[in-house]
Amino acid sequence: MSQARHPGLKLGHEHDPGSGEVEALVFGFWIFMMSDLLIFGCVFATYVVMLPQVADGPSAAELFHLRGPLIETTLLLASSVTIGFALLETKHRADKRRTTLWLAVTFLLGAGFLFSSTHSLLGHLENGAGPSRSAFLSAYWLLVPLHALHVAIGCLWIAVAAAQVRIRGFDWVTTGGLLRLSIYWHFLDIVWIGILSVVYLGAMI
Amino acid sequence: MSLTDFIDALTGRMTLEALPFWKMVQNPTPENIVNGAIATGVAAILVLAAIAVLALLTYFRLWRTVWFDWLTTVDHKKIGIMYIVLSFVMMLRGVVEANFMRANQAVGFDGGFLSADHFGELFTTHGTIMIFFVAMPFLSGVINYVLPLQIGARDMSFPVTNAIGLALTASGAMLVMASLLFLPFSIGGWTGYPPFTGKEYSPDVGPNYWIWAVTLSGLGTTLTGINVACTVYKKRCPGMDFWKMPMFVWASVTTAILMIFALPPLTVATAMLALDRYLDFHFFTTDAGGIPMLYANLFWLFGHPEVYILVLPAFGVWSEVFATFSGKTLYAYRTLVWATLSIAVISFLVWVHHFFTMGQSAGMNAVFGIATMLVGVPTGVKIYDWLLTMYRGRVRITTPMVYALGFVMLFVIGGASGILLANPTIDYQVHNSVFLVAHFHNMVIPGTLFGMLGAYSFWFPKAFGFMLDDWWGKLGASLWIVGFMLAFFPLYAVGLLGLPRRSVAYSEAAYTPYTVVAMLGALVVLAALGAMFWQLYVSIRNRDALNVYAGDPWDGRTLEWSISSPPPVYNFAVGPEVFARDAFWEEKRAGHAYQIPDQWEDIELPANSWLAPILFFSSFTLTFGLVWHMWWLVILSLLVVVGALVARSFVIDRERTIPADVVREEHLRWLKAVREAPSAPRELEVAPGNWGRPQSEAGVPE
Repeated sequence: MSQARHPGLKLGHEHDPGSGEVEALVFGFWIFMMSDLLIFGCVFATYVVMLPQVADGPSAAELFHLRGPLIETTLLLASSVTIGFALLETKHRADKRRTTLWLAVTFLLGAGFLFSSTHSLLGHLENGAGPSRSAFLSAYWLLVPLHALHVAIGCLWIAVAAAQVRIRGFDWVTTGGLLRLSIYWHFLDIVWIGILSVVYLGAMI
Repeated sequence: MSLTDFIDALTGRMTLEALPFWKMVQNPTPENIVNGAIATGVAAILVLAAIAVLALLTYFRLWRTVWFDWLTTVDHKKIGIMYIVLSFVMMLRGVVEANFMRANQAVGFDGGFLSADHFGELFTTHGTIMIFFVAMPFLSGVINYVLPLQIGARDMSFPVTNAIGLALTASGAMLVMASLLFLPFSIGGWTGYPPFTGKEYSPDVGPNYWIWAVTLSGLGTTLTGINVACTVYKKRCPGMDFWKMPMFVWASVTTAILMIFALPPLTVATAMLALDRYLDFHFFTTDAGGIPMLYANLFWLFGHPEVYILVLPAFGVWSEVFATFSGKTLYAYRTLVWATLSIAVISFLVWVHHFFTMGQSAGMNAVFGIATMLVGVPTGVKIYDWLLTMYRGRVRITTPMVYALGFVMLFVIGGASGILLANPTIDYQVHNSVFLVAHFHNMVIPGTLFGMLGAYSFWFPKAFGFMLDDWWGKLGASLWIVGFMLAFFPLYAVGLLGLPRRSVAYSEAAYTPYTVVAMLGALVVLAALGAMFWQLYVSIRNRDALNVYAGDPWDGRTLEWSISSPPPVYNFAVGPEVFARDAFWEEKRAGHAYQIPDQWEDIELPANSWLAPILFFSSFTLTFGLVWHMWWLVILSLLVVVGALVARSFVIDRERTIPADVVREEHLRWLKAVREAPSAPRELEVAPGNWGRPQSEAGVPE
């Protein structure tokens, strides 16, 4: 029906049979992201409700420091820039090597994020601040690892997408896939900003 | 590692006690023997039925057909049919369970014949099955089958995702079935409230079954919702703007939006309950700061919109049925659309009415009570619209209309009892009694179930090319209506007298007459199910006489009736273009129906995919492993799931082409059959001799 196309990505010729399908795929993926956002919404709400439920255990203010989260924020925001470069390369040059290079950089930044995140989670575990300690910590251990799980899945997806670009080149399946991957990756950024604000900055107040 | 360690790792927490007869053999008290015999008998029937199906498939050499035509298919029509078959299989179990419960309560004065745990499993599986594995698959199936045809599309937006949605739902159903062989299931009710279902009070694996079955169903439903919404937004045929969509399409897309918004809270709630049980989290526990009420809020944040997910598709069906069998266009179409959308919005603002008695302030209860009563306004508007659709129409009483009339009458009664319950002060008196059980069955059976059975009677000829026998159909519908009234009207009375819901026994002799009548009602419902299966058998036997290949047995109004029955795999030989809301009706009126297209084109369809059956098996083994703590099975299944998804993304050829010549030949053959079919007057609509070519009343002024 609608003739709207998605700006920012070259989907081949106007009469490319895939362009209509990519439009539906991207639209459907936006709906999926919305439903995923609702999952995070419920988890955020749970976290806020559970904030006072510390059960004599450590509270947010006692537990959290900004150093780790700031490193993680830097890595993740940088990775959003680099996946943007990967898409720009796809759009303007359609150069397999350059696109996969930027995807690789994104992957490394994502892996760095996961490393830092895991490191601080394990630190909490060693300090006796595991999920079983209190309802507040249960909520924390749901929210942050759920986001990290999304990042891990995103890293796997980046690897698969890069392999597909290498093997198949830039047809509508791979470019449509890259477009959805970048939506997903930016989405994780937005959720992380929420975590940074609510969990870590919130604990500083 | 010693041998016993190895076996422990292999079997997880499963021991011989999981077998349904074990307790009876180990400790043969009379109670254990009765309950064990029932459980063993049911398990044996399940195993024998499974063996019989496998044997028949092998004997008739149908494995290739099963794999290539059904399991791997991505055709929305076949997926829709499989959803409905799944629903009927599970419905049989749900109704039998209901009969056991009613029988137990009929003799429940000072103790029935079932143990409390067995009764608890029965009401838990009955509720879980009827909501998640009967109603949901049925409506998903009807939407799947009908919606693309009504909007003039060749398939859904995401055919493979569609198949995966079915696969996840079916593996959830299989998990519930597996709990018949490897006990126990949860006894925590279909809502699974913690802390009772937490590991402190339910250390057995029962709640695990419930958690994973519901989670699988929820994920499948989310995928279906996304798919339906996207299909309606992106795949409507030229000319079909929003105000030309058939009412069923409006109902479906509204349902889809509800699915997308309502299922995430359920997924979060069950995931948190699982974390509590498996990894010692403290979301809903009574210690370490857990808040069990949080579960109630999350669950009903899903659960209330879910009620409208169940009923809105049925409202869509009624809109088609009343218009078709009154020979009139739907009365106040736009009002109905706005009413549907209003219900969807209000449905998110009423969830607290499910727990008025659980501690919020009176002011809070008042707000939610008023919001709840508001739902009655758009719903009432709808009822009047359907009545006015019939007004001065030439109403034909067919099987779908028997369901529709039963629905209108009974649903209003159920709605009135709902308005009573919406008042928190009254709710305090009758909550947790069987008055409530009567109320919600009064909404879900006449509302959802009659709607779905009406849809089954209405669209069956479209799907299979022959009519269902009308006499047996009407008998089945009448038995459903009578059985429902006998089974649930007494519960209103005995609920007001004070019988708590989910009672395995009671000590008030005055309850007995009511529970006995309710048991008779349950038997009538069982008979209704029997009549429906017999109707199917009779109809298949007489399928040649009941043939409606020409495709329009009901003098239909919308696009699905403008093609052959059953429709070709590509639905439309040439993509349709519509100019009116009742597109096909207007074509018939203008004399433009059944024209020969000028041009023929190759049609590309999505190719079969093995992804859905693999995900079906692996998500079943994954969750079965989770239930019983068989970690090797969990890891193995996860690897298969991830591997299959990754491998699928590399599959290149995803289309198959149907040559224009084949399309042309099939279509011309059908048009020839249409021209040769004797056209039936409406008086012969349900008799053999309706060949699917009506003497249309489209030319007659309304």
